Amino acid sequence: MKRFYWLLAAVLLGGLAWIWIGSKSSGTGTEWVAETKVPETKADSQFTGYVMGSDTAPVEVVEYADFECPICAAWGSVQFPVIKQQLIAAGKLRWRLRDFPLPPTTHLWSRLSAHAVACASEQGKAWEMIDALFAHHRMWSQRPENPEKLFRGWAQDLVGLDMAKYDACMATGRYRGRIQYSREEGEARQVRGTPTFFVNGREWTLRDVSSDAFQHVVDSILAQRRRR
Amino acid sequence: MAPASVTPGLAPEVSHAPMRLRQAIALLSLVGFLVSLYLWLHALGVIGELKCGTGSCEVVQSSSYARVAGVPVALFGVVGYLALFVTALIGLQPSFLPKRNLSVLLAALATGGLLFTGYLTYLEAFVIHAWCRWCLGSAGIITVIWVAALAGVRQSDRPTVRP
Repeated sequence: MKRFYWLLAAVLLGGLAWIWIGSKSSGTGTEWVAETKVPETKADSQFTGYVMGSDTAPVEVVEYADFECPICAAWGSVQFPVIKQQLIAAGKLRWRLRDFPLPPTTHLWSRLSAHAVACASEQGKAWEMIDALFAHHRMWSQRPENPEKLFRGWAQDLVGLDMAKYDACMATGRYRGRIQYSREEGEARQVRGTPTFFVNGREWTLRDVSSDAFQHVVDSILAQRRRR
Repeated sequence: MAPASVTPGLAPEVSHAPMRLRQAIALLSLVGFLVSLYLWLHALGVIGELKCGTGSCEVVQSSSYARVAGVPVALFGVVGYLALFVTALIGLQPSFLPKRNLSVLLAALATGGLLFTGYLTYLEAFVIHAWCRWCLGSAGIITVIWVAALAGVRQSDRPTVRP
């Protein structure tokens, strides 16, 4: 019986030591996957996300997303087009997308994909690039192969970017600081996963994140404003 | 016929079987506790990155299903496994070893854990479409605990007095 208690103690101590060591180690990888602390610049801090919709829309949703996250991709491909058509196009809603790249342990290409979108945004085509990434999500996400060439192909063929500018942008990695800043902003707002939504500044806590749920919330906010 | 084996320090009518089962439950629930603790600390932000190998732990742990009413799911695991561990340890005390109630309590706790784990595994398979190997490990642990707990109840239904 004594030996059994010694065994329990050994398992407990071994497990706690393993967790402690795990908490100290950090991820490694290429320049794209590493979570480098890039100094915030004025230009970075002035960027407030990719915006779709009218400046005068009464409701604003801020979405923290990771382009490699499968749920973000599924949601972006299925629910977002309906929201775009029914709420954003109608002038009721403005959408603001912020980068929230997840850790590189399982999301190797989060920062690369976020940077590809940032480079497309230089040419005013961020949303088109996001659509291309989500439409081909299975081809590149959570795979060990570097998808840089795939992204370049879609940027050229599907999005129609000026490739000289795109290549120069990707080569310099000029938006890495901006992406990191967005991530840190999300952390400051207690964002823990993706996608996380804030509606007029308040975190969306409902489990239902369907377009119907957004329609319902936007309609109720508008009804409340009319009553005032 | 070989004489019935008994545990030193216990009444001669108490067999090894319930003790072995409760030891197995205690050991497994301790391992399950450590796994849940690891995931919980990650949810709290104490651990930066999950060591996941080929799985999709971050996908699962980052999903909206990783929390119930704002509480990380892993915390339920921490509490559940701790309850199983403490109950099994109490059940190993000589005065509690022959008690059927403790076997039933262990089986009830294990059944609750198994049902909750079944729901989480369903979410991984059909809703999130991603697998977290730590969650699968925990599912395996609670399944074995459940089998051992049921065996414990069956054991305690049998007469323990030996000729």
